[in-house]
Amino acid sequence: MTANDFWAEGEPVFDKAAPDGPVETRWERRKFSAKLVNPANRRKLTVIVVGTGLAGGSAAATLAEAGYRVKSYCYQDSPRRAHSIAAQGGINAAKNYRNDGDSVYRLFYDTVKGGDFRARESNVYRLAQVSVNIIDQCVAQGVPFAREYGGLLDNRSFGGTQVSRTFYARGQTGQQLLLGAYQALERQIGLGNVEMNARHEMLELIIVDGKARGIVVRDMVTGEITTEFADAVVLASGGYGNVFFLSTNAKGCNVTASWRAHRKGALFANPCYTQIHPTCIPESGSHQSKLTLMSESLRNDGRVWVPKKAADCPKPAGSIAEEDRDYYLERIYPSFGNLVPRDIASRAAKNVCDEGRGVGPGGLGVYLDFADAIKRLGRKAVEAKYGNLFEMYERITGEDPYETPMRIYPAVHYTMGGLWVDYDLQSTVPGLFVVGEANFSDHGANRLGASALMQGLADGYFVLPNTISNYLAAGPFKKVTESDEAVVEARKQVEDRIEKFLSIDGDRTVDSFHRELGQIMWEYCGMERTEEGLTKAIGLIRALKEEFWTRVKVPGKGEELNQNLEKAGRVADFIELGELMCIDALHRRESCGGHFRAESQTPDGEALRHDDQFSYAAAWEYFGADGKPVLHKEDLNFEYVHPSTRSYK
Amino acid sequence: MDIKVRVWRQAGPSAAGKMVTYDVKGISPDASFLEMIDVLNETLILGGDDPIAFDHDCREGICGACSMVINGVAHGPEKATTTCQLHMRKFSDGDVIDVEPWRAAAFPVIKDLVVDRSAFDKIIQAGGYITAPTGTAPDAHATPVPKKDADAAFEAATCIGCGACVAACPNGSSMLFTAAKIAHLGLMPQGQPERDSRVIDMLQAQDDAGFGGCTNAGECTTVCPKGIPLSLIGRLNSDYRKAITTR
Amino acid sequence: MAVDTPIPKTTKAAGATARPTPPKSVRPSSVVLKLIMAASGALLVFFLFAHAAGNLKIFVGESDFNHYAEWLRELGTPLLPHAWFLWIQRVGLLVAIGLHIWAAAALTIRAKKARPVKYAHRPKVQGSYAARTMRWGGVIIVLFVIWHILDLTLGKVNPAGGDSAPSERVVEGFAPDRWYVTLFYVLAVVAVGFHLRHGIWSAARTMGQQTIKGERRAKAIALTLSVILVAMYLSVPIAVLTGLVG
Ligand SMILES: Cc1cc2nc3c(=O)[nH]c(=O)nc-3n(C[C@H](O)[C@H](O)[C@H](O)COP(=O)(O)OP(=O)(O)OC[C@H]3O[C@@H](n4cnc5c(N)ncnc54)[C@H](O)[C@@H]3O)c2cc1C
Ligand code: HEM
Ligand code: HEM
Ligand code: SF4
Ligand code: F3S
Ligand code: FES
Repeated sequence: MTANDFWAEGEPVFDKAAPDGPVETRWERRKFSAKLVNPANRRKLTVIVVGTGLAGGSAAATLAEAGYRVKSYCYQDSPRRAHSIAAQGGINAAKNYRNDGDSVYRLFYDTVKGGDFRARESNVYRLAQVSVNIIDQCVAQGVPFAREYGGLLDNRSFGGTQVSRTFYARGQTGQQLLLGAYQALERQIGLGNVEMNARHEMLELIIVDGKARGIVVRDMVTGEITTEFADAVVLASGGYGNVFFLSTNAKGCNVTASWRAHRKGALFANPCYTQIHPTCIPESGSHQSKLTLMSESLRNDGRVWVPKKAADCPKPAGSIAEEDRDYYLERIYPSFGNLVPRDIASRAAKNVCDEGRGVGPGGLGVYLDFADAIKRLGRKAVEAKYGNLFEMYERITGEDPYETPMRIYPAVHYTMGGLWVDYDLQSTVPGLFVVGEANFSDHGANRLGASALMQGLADGYFVLPNTISNYLAAGPFKKVTESDEAVVEARKQVEDRIEKFLSIDGDRTVDSFHRELGQIMWEYCGMERTEEGLTKAIGLIRALKEEFWTRVKVPGKGEELNQNLEKAGRVADFIELGELMCIDALHRRESCGGHFRAESQTPDGEALRHDDQFSYAAAWEYFGADGKPVLHKEDLNFEYVHPSTRSYK
Repeated sequence: MDIKVRVWRQAGPSAAGKMVTYDVKGISPDASFLEMIDVLNETLILGGDDPIAFDHDCREGICGACSMVINGVAHGPEKATTTCQLHMRKFSDGDVIDVEPWRAAAFPVIKDLVVDRSAFDKIIQAGGYITAPTGTAPDAHATPVPKKDADAAFEAATCIGCGACVAACPNGSSMLFTAAKIAHLGLMPQGQPERDSRVIDMLQAQDDAGFGGCTNAGECTTVCPKGIPLSLIGRLNSDYRKAITTR
Repeated sequence: MAVDTPIPKTTKAAGATARPTPPKSVRPSSVVLKLIMAASGALLVFFLFAHAAGNLKIFVGESDFNHYAEWLRELGTPLLPHAWFLWIQRVGLLVAIGLHIWAAAALTIRAKKARPVKYAHRPKVQGSYAARTMRWGGVIIVLFVIWHILDLTLGKVNPAGGDSAPSERVVEGFAPDRWYVTLFYVLAVVAVGFHLRHGIWSAARTMGQQTIKGERRAKAIALTLSVILVAMYLSVPIAVLTGLVG
């Protein structure tokens, strides 16, 4: 079977909004060239923002401050609960407060390199520039970042970087940043500048005359379907890691908003780029509903090991002698040791487990041991640094990590893929902007720790508010009405789909399909991929889709709070996305960033990239449920940071 | 392990509700409380019953969505733990466990265990922020914050807005929630300019939303998953008294 | 069905600087009610101590005690006419208790409205026991005070009758054969003790006490004051009962 049974190739796609010239001044020049909207006209312009996470919350608040009328949506009961709340570790910024040689250029350099040369230089440079303003903004809002005794902000070094540029608030950085954005948003709601619609789910995009003009939403309490119009639509609906069922994402995280836009013409880029996080708490049984991440900062002091002999695995950790332990990260990567980047740490863990040397239930786990740290620093110091993480671990596993080493295993954590956007964050559908994790983002094939928060806030506070005006300057656009053909059709699509879910009345629950999909994805489109496995996965997913639409059972009615109906819609979209992810993974015959393609490795088993063939972003166009997706390549050029082989040995 | 749960079932906001008993067989002690309900729901769905609706999202104790009163205690028997982080190993084989929604007029029941907590957002809207329009901020190091204050502000800011404090308070008061935000913002230099108006407006929003007044009953802090201390209520009172006497 | 939402009528388009101002409420805020309770409560506590101190005069001698009652009425003369001070004090007390009860009632009504449905599973009380009994405790105290005034001030329900000297009323009122009256007093005084143990601590919190040290201090002070007060009050009926006085 050749690859072309699965996809077709189309015209390349270009980022027309990107300025050229020296990278340092590109953002300045783009801001200057962008058209502005007269403050008096802003009140006549409405912007829909779907999502209230770091990206959506900050965007909605900032747009409202600027004077636009904003309608904001989230599926939770309050904007404050968006999944950004769960981020633990921290946020990067090129403040160089440590005087350790950091700079905008170094953050730029590290991020391009960390993304394994699959990111856009222009975007990453802008991200690094803006990172500085983010910290200022958040501090002004009262975000309680960790401070030193002198009263100044504390920094730490984080996952794979050699400078201390990560700002943090204990292990709850995402929460504190999100509360900052949420409070700014609530202030605008109070002022009447934002109309907030919590417990409202976007189920369809409305495109009128080629422009994104609104969305179809379902009130999740009453089940009422409404159509909402605006001059521009911003999607900030987060990542789709939940396609794996077991992931560190919140249970509600979904791809629906992005997927519906994709089906209506927005290109979806790099769907197979997922990030696997090495320090999650392993699965404990078939009841498992999600996985819990523990901050990567644990790797600063914890040592990762497994027994040298598979026969030792079932024994209690304490009874295994020092010389029988394999500190494999320190052994294989002596210069980075336990601090190798996420992808490397994750795959190394998978490898030792595949060798049968994993520990804990099912042999899916490795030890993260603090015994040495406790000896060296004292229990008090360890407690001060990691106390809350240790508590969390104990609560979940019932084991005390001060006494027995923690067990960890990799889990899906973040998705670098998403809707394709240009430098202005506009998708291929005019008027549809995508920010935060939902877009295909600035991280390339892999994300460094502490950079997603940075990207979300950069997009929402600083980038989008500047670029969207260039589009809105041409508005207000022609009034859209309920009776426009496109509107009637979009609404009907939503209603029909709900009707369909409720009428199948099969014999399998939505969750059982989701779980099965997740198993397929993890097995074949997870950390390590092969052509054979991916081809098989596509077949399995297609069969699963078929089965879903004939055997799913969704209880209840549409006109009520119906959590299974919500899930059904999300899982239906995940199944379609899963297929595209596998196709994308199949077509990318190289190991790069977060994923390892078994056919593409160096003689000593390390990832092998193919810059000559794959130095592009793969943007996919939707061609019907049974059609072949069409690949549009966006070539990536590296003028400043030249592709090199990552080596952490 | 085998247990029975008695769960509050209510079809909609205005429907009458009642406690209904279900058997849950063979649940792993390593399952979380919500996973136990997931398992139960799977059997309910396949048996043609309506599954139990409940709020949840992160399942890591940080989003504040989960909200169940378990055996009369908001978030259940384990101290400083949200429902999603409570595990079945805290119960024994054969237990009968009562599960009810948050009870407070300001948190009307939407369905089963799901309540409407938007009143909390109203309180924040009234003043739970620092006015700092995007792009106007000085350098982050322009104002040092004593570590002591920054740490205390952080402790207060860890409130996840779950509403357990309201559920536990005999007066249905949201004082602990409001006090936590007042303390978080009021402990930082950035929060000073709005300190007086913030406490007055937030308290009024709280009263207007139908929460009761605090009479220092002290139940809220015992169920708070983040251990927000009662002393913050004293701080709110102090700020409030100063605000109304100096304004 | 939301089509284009109308442009909000507020002129607060300058979102950057405006701040939302909720319409002012006519109801006193819950913290204002609490401040009223604390202030009126403090006044009542002050009275209780003065009163208890006065009661102890009975140990010095019955005439001293009666003198004291008379002195109360002479206090402030000749600036004020006879018994005016007493009346000022009575009015003050009435206002204080009135405000206290009004605030307590207002908070109770709000609490009942805020928490209309009870849990099916009634858990063990997590907070303090005293905290839970404030309202009933208060009502018991007021009922007691009414009886007490009829008894010892007016003598209506006292065997010594209205025209007797205060000391007679005390001695006869707590006579051993009227043990049930004494018991009632004891219970009431204990109720006062409970009310104050939580009340004084709570008042400190209401006034803004917020430190760990302050918390410990407030608890200690509340407990000490309540115990002293209870002891002072109980000493009199017990002394009468045991024949130490009389
Ligand atoms: C456990 C964990 C820890 C992390 N730690 C870090 C870290 O330390 N540092 C770091 O930089 N990054 C971290 N990340 C990544 C980072 O948190 C996320 O990438 C980022 O917060 C995403 O923000 P967002 O605004 O794009 O989306 P989200 O915060 O996910 O918000 C999505 C919003 O969209 C809404 N929504 C979604 N679908 C719909 C729909 N159909 N209709 C209506 N509304 C919808 C949701 O209600 C929500 O409001 C972590 C991620 C996880 C899972
Ligand atoms: C019908 C009569 C009374 C009722 C219903 C009543 C009720 C209450 C209630 C509900 C409280 C609030 C408790 C709390 O803050 O948790 C309170 C506090 C208090 N009461 Fe009373 N009470 C009554 C009589 C009295 C009397 C006679 C005294 C004095 C001797 C008194 C002294 C106090 C004090 C000092 C407080 C503390 C105030 C505060 O919490 O801020 N009360 N009372
Ligand atoms: C058990 C011990 C007590 C004794 C022996 C005692 C004794 C008396 C006496 C003799 C009087 C009449 C004074 C006079 O008319 O001049 C009096 C009045 C009064 N007592 Fe007590 N009392 C006791 C406890 C209490 C308690 C616990 C309270 C309140 C909670 C209280 C509240 C009052 C009040 C309000 C008056 C009326 C004051 C007035 O007339 O202005 N007493 N008491
Ligand atoms: S104060 Fe505690 S119980 Fe109340 S909302 Fe915050 S975290 Fe929940
Ligand atoms: S329980 Fe309620 S009365 Fe106050 S101290 Fe807590 S809010
Ligand atoms: S589900 Fe998020 S706190 Fe429990």
